[in-house]
Amino acid sequence: MKTILKFLPLLFVAPFVTSCSSDDDTPAPVNEEEVITTLTATFVPVGGGTSVVLKTQDLDGDGPNAPVITVSGPFASNTTYNGSVEFLNELDSPAEDITEEVQEEGDEHQIFYATTNDLGTFSYNDSDADGNPIGVEFTFQTVETSTTLDGALTITLRHEPNKDATGVSDGDIANAGGETDIQTSFNISVE
Amino acid sequence: MKHIFITAIASLLGLLVNGQNCNIIFSGKIVDFHNGEPIIDATVHVESLDIYTTTDLDGKFILKNLCKGPLKVTFSHLSCETKTIEINLTENLERTIYLEHHVEELETIVVKGAEVKKKTTAAQETIIKTDVIDDYSSASLGDVIKQVSGVTSITTGSKIVKPVINGLHSSRVLVVNNNVRMEDQDWGIEHAPNIDVNAADNISVIKGAGTLAYGGDAIGGVVILEPKHPHLVDSLFGKTITGFQSNGLGYNISSSLHKTFESGWYANGVLGYKQNGDLKAPDYYLNNTGSKSFSASLQGGFKSFEKGFEVYLSHIDNEIGILSASHIGNTEDLVNAINSNEPYVNEDFSYSIKAPKQDVNHTLLKATGFKRFKSFGKVNFQYDYQNNQRFEYDKRVGSDKNKPAVDLNLQTHSLRVDTKIDNLEGYIMDFGVSGRFQDNFANPDTGVRRLIPDYQKLDFGIYGIVKSYFSDKLSGDLGVRYDYNHIDAKKYYKTSRWEERGYDEDFSDIVIDDLGTQLLTNPKFSFHNISVSTGLLYNHNEKNELSFNYSLSSRPPNPSELFSDGLHHSAARIELGDLRINKEISNRLGLSYRLNTKRIVMNLETYFNHINDFIYIKPTGTEATIRGTFPVWEYFQTNAILTGIDASFDVLLSNNWNFNNKSSYVYGQDTENDLPVIDMPSFRLSNTLSYSKANWKDLNVALNHEFVAKQNRYPDYNFETYIASSDSYVLVDISTPPAAYNLFNLSADATFDISNKMSLNVMAAVENIFDTSYREYLNRLRYFADDTGRNITVQLKFNY
Repeated sequence: MKTILKFLPLLFVAPFVTSCSSDDDTPAPVNEEEVITTLTATFVPVGGGTSVVLKTQDLDGDGPNAPVITVSGPFASNTTYNGSVEFLNELDSPAEDITEEVQEEGDEHQIFYATTNDLGTFSYNDSDADGNPIGVEFTFQTVETSTTLDGALTITLRHEPNKDATGVSDGDIANAGGETDIQTSFNISVE
Repeated sequence: MKHIFITAIASLLGLLVNGQNCNIIFSGKIVDFHNGEPIIDATVHVESLDIYTTTDLDGKFILKNLCKGPLKVTFSHLSCETKTIEINLTENLERTIYLEHHVEELETIVVKGAEVKKKTTAAQETIIKTDVIDDYSSASLGDVIKQVSGVTSITTGSKIVKPVINGLHSSRVLVVNNNVRMEDQDWGIEHAPNIDVNAADNISVIKGAGTLAYGGDAIGGVVILEPKHPHLVDSLFGKTITGFQSNGLGYNISSSLHKTFESGWYANGVLGYKQNGDLKAPDYYLNNTGSKSFSASLQGGFKSFEKGFEVYLSHIDNEIGILSASHIGNTEDLVNAINSNEPYVNEDFSYSIKAPKQDVNHTLLKATGFKRFKSFGKVNFQYDYQNNQRFEYDKRVGSDKNKPAVDLNLQTHSLRVDTKIDNLEGYIMDFGVSGRFQDNFANPDTGVRRLIPDYQKLDFGIYGIVKSYFSDKLSGDLGVRYDYNHIDAKKYYKTSRWEERGYDEDFSDIVIDDLGTQLLTNPKFSFHNISVSTGLLYNHNEKNELSFNYSLSSRPPNPSELFSDGLHHSAARIELGDLRINKEISNRLGLSYRLNTKRIVMNLETYFNHINDFIYIKPTGTEATIRGTFPVWEYFQTNAILTGIDASFDVLLSNNWNFNNKSSYVYGQDTENDLPVIDMPSFRLSNTLSYSKANWKDLNVALNHEFVAKQNRYPDYNFETYIASSDSYVLVDISTPPAAYNLFNLSADATFDISNKMSLNVMAAVENIFDTSYREYLNRLRYFADDTGRNITVQLKFNY
């Protein structure tokens, strides 16, 4: 009993000694990984013509600044465009290309394209290991019009969508579920 | 008779041997250890001679005509611990003998089934005993204390359960485990207390800051868990509880063993494990709602009346899956989830736990010692160390897939000295000081910006409580406490957020490094808090009891309220703390009436809680990001009142039939903005009809009906958002509470004696008998899926 009492104070002191070592350090900054800051969609017309580039860039992530959205110019009427998207993390230098990760884990990702005002139709040009589309490569066929048509083109990257649900592999997002990693609407026009 | 005959012979022989010197006098006085007062009519027994005497009005005794030689004398008195001394008489001897004359301290020789003492005199306190806790062996602390009228829970699914006392929770409810104030990052709703209820012998639930011994910031209440008190007899006993739950194919096992020695040494151990797979709502599986929990505790020490010490070690490791469908990307996903009747993820049953999940472990080490001083009282010294490690895993991609998104380590060291003075006529005084040092480390290796920054916190507290018995009918207490808190944090802010918050104007002096897009800052805060708690208890007669209490308590803002800044995935919202937030101050009045007759026991508890600068979170707009838009929720302060009534009513219908009714209602109002307070529990009612028959193997059967009303008083924070896929604006209904619901539950148990030292209790229960689909307002996952459906439980309890 008495010897135990002698050692009791040691018990009190020991944790203090072990835990004080990490104090007073300046915490290291966190450089965010796997963050997508920039989406660039490039549309190259089949048979030549002016390419269209849609870009959204949000360098402060979930910070208060809204993303900067740019559209290089109008789409041409009744034209087939070969499209591709690129995802970058520009917080890293050099910028990290996240597109590769999306393709590597193709079965867990899908990119959806949609327009308002029936400006055109999309079809997928790539597939994951299960034969379902990913959407990094795609085709956009614009409508035939004699006047200028305005509308919104929305690009959505979903993580873990249900690709087997009705319409999903044809590009209909309605039943896809999953979690949105990127979603941006671009104001475009077809003339 | 035989015994007396032998002793008579022996003493005769003794007389013969020591025949010469048999005129020695042994005299003395027997006094109360606590207050030094004489003990009248105590028995003095010389065992070897079998002669008796008693003390007089001055506590004095005298034994004449003793012979030289060794003597064994015992001193005893009603409600005192018997004391035996051995002396070797050579000449006349005078001695003062201290006996521990205190009914209150009978805890040292407690017998099984003894009444558990309340911690407060007049506060609204309810004690939950072992038998009830055992029934909830597979459940969490939040589920157990929901038995108390006025206590509900706020949950994230059904495994992350936080107690809500009279509408308040998280940092406003203190949880005290074996005299240690739990420091387990209690600020978040999805941060449940890290406690295994199986280690508790009893749980006290105190509404409001009724006891100031553990802190002055318990605006909601205090939950105190106590392990078994050691019985100072030679014994070895234990208990094993094992059960199976049909919903989620869960199982649990918990074993405890207690070894005590008459000499005062004791050791207790508790070991438990439980696991369940995906739970099931009536119409679908709730994917990824499996959980695992391992817990162990060890306690050992020595205890006598005068002194004792104890070392206590406990560890708990919880891994809890969070409903897959609740992890969403942006406001559009939230709208889809709210408007869909079923979760998007609908897979088969599985035990596997994937991201999103949390893995939290908590280790507690405590060493304590006490000493009693004559004519004074008891001094207790305690040191405790807590290590809380929290990992949260999100759905991530690429090489970060298995990396936690949150990795927080909170270490706490506390020292406290408490003194109880009980030698004073008519009152008892408790006072103490405590100091606490806390270090929070947010690991940057997560690759995700920290939600909670690195910080160090220093607390100092001093308190005094006086309990007084004015008369047989009237007693009261008064406590005062002062607390000092100091937080020293190092936090990175995004420069854009720093400017948007206006911190560049108000806090430019705390920036210590500028990294371009990020700023390293060093916020420091100090708080001085005074708290008061007082109450009066009036026992009109055996049947009627009335009590009144008042408490003033202050709570400094927690790290989440000060520092939050970022996206909260499960809620699809950006949460922003505010460095300008100050402490909140509560003035709470409580009035209780208790009727206790042979047939009826009724408890009515009413309260009025006015909270100045009440800290709460509300949406203020939306922010656009590359992921889409998110509502922004910011912490604000306002003035609020919370008032309500908790009732419980027991009627003994006949010898075997009993009816119990419990109900509670709380009215919460933001008086500054004239709006209801968000997340207030709705009116609820529970009726139980039970039948018990002691001579039929102690059979108990209970049928329970639970009604939970729709919460009609809620602030409307709904907003509209643009949905790109349908090119339209839709309402995001995050406010409307779900509909009222009724649940029916049935349970039965019986006890079988296996031998005279072993018994087996068998319990079977059905929860949600009719497999009713429902959603609860205070379940954060109510947007995504129904609550759990029918569950059948079978549980065996061995006592040995």
